[in-house]
Amino acid sequence: MSDSATRLRRTMMFVPGNNPAMIKDAGIYGADSVMFDLEDGVSLAEKDAARYLVYEALTNIDYGDTELVVRINGADTPFYDNDIKAMVKAGVDVIRLPKVESAEMIQDLEVKVAAAEKEFDKPAGSINLMAAIESAQGVLSAAEIAKASKRMIGIALSAEDYTTDMKTHRYSDGAELFFARNMILHAARAAKIAAFDTVFTNMDDPEGFYRETKLIHQLGFDGKSLVNPRQVEMVNKVYEPTKKEILNAQNVIAAIAQAQKKGSGVISMDGQMVDRPVALRAQRVMMLAKAAHLVDEEGNYLGE
Amino acid sequence: MEIKRIATAGTLESSDIQITIAPGNNGLQIELQSDVIKQFGAQIKQTIIDVLTNYGVQNAQIKAVDKGALDLVIKARAIAAVQRALEISEEPRWEVL
Repeated sequence: MSDSATRLRRTMMFVPGNNPAMIKDAGIYGADSVMFDLEDGVSLAEKDAARYLVYEALTNIDYGDTELVVRINGADTPFYDNDIKAMVKAGVDVIRLPKVESAEMIQDLEVKVAAAEKEFDKPAGSINLMAAIESAQGVLSAAEIAKASKRMIGIALSAEDYTTDMKTHRYSDGAELFFARNMILHAARAAKIAAFDTVFTNMDDPEGFYRETKLIHQLGFDGKSLVNPRQVEMVNKVYEPTKKEILNAQNVIAAIAQAQKKGSGVISMDGQMVDRPVALRAQRVMMLAKAAHLVDEEGNYLGE
Repeated sequence: MEIKRIATAGTLESSDIQITIAPGNNGLQIELQSDVIKQFGAQIKQTIIDVLTNYGVQNAQIKAVDKGALDLVIKARAIAAVQRALEISEEPRWEVL
């Protein structure tokens, strides 16, 4: 299961829920999270078939440490209740609800998830939730949505529906998403959950993909939703810490260890005080460095 | 349980299996096409029979076209097909999963 506070969520790869070949191979690309899609990626006539295919995959395939997410159909569809039951019975890590516009929608989902946990003898509270924000109303309610449940681990921007709702479309510079991205990011940070950026679908524009990924990395997003396995490596590259950042983080962590050894409450490094944000940032840098195989398990630099 | 209508689930794409279930009156009769029928034919048929038996289906004609599906895919497609054939897709039998 996911450890929400310390888990890296740089990449969330979308996998259509009715495609056996893609489901079978979903774990091999190194995505931090895999999101099996029962919603827009599955035609109406195949909703039931996709549900059982994803169920069988979740209960039979070993995806290792990958966080397993399923995007279910919304509460306004006839598939909502059965999607919830099947995914809870399968013991998925996270249920992602699309087109969320209010805290009530998450709370309604939570009640149904809790009931299904009871029905199928799953530990209470074991299934986490996340919300996709896809409308103006969703963006304006992002803060309450992010805090709607203890089970919430993240919120994601879904830009296709959002830009349509805003009477615009996606541009290469992303200016039309600036407000939504910042709202979602602030809502996530205030609730201490993860923030995921939207997908980038033009595989023939790697430059545009890097530009967008660098932007959301700079803003502070945990990561990005992806539609193609090739994008996993590209995102990870953007999130890779520099050698300088790693060496600095090592020094911070060494200074903390030394201060603890001496029983000193005040931690200093190179004559400067190390306060909590500096320590937290150092820990995150080391986590990213480990994931990028730039340091070993003890934190020794391996690069070059 | 009696099969109510002819129903199909799955596709002819690689790694998938297409299973069609129709009413029958002579036990569970399976016609299987597969490139790996010699190695896995018996196992594929058994997976389908197990699912139908779990749903209490005793008589049906089944046609399966395998494109290299894993066992879990065969099971998932058999479940979808039998629920459609029994017209219980909206009220699945959770205990059978």
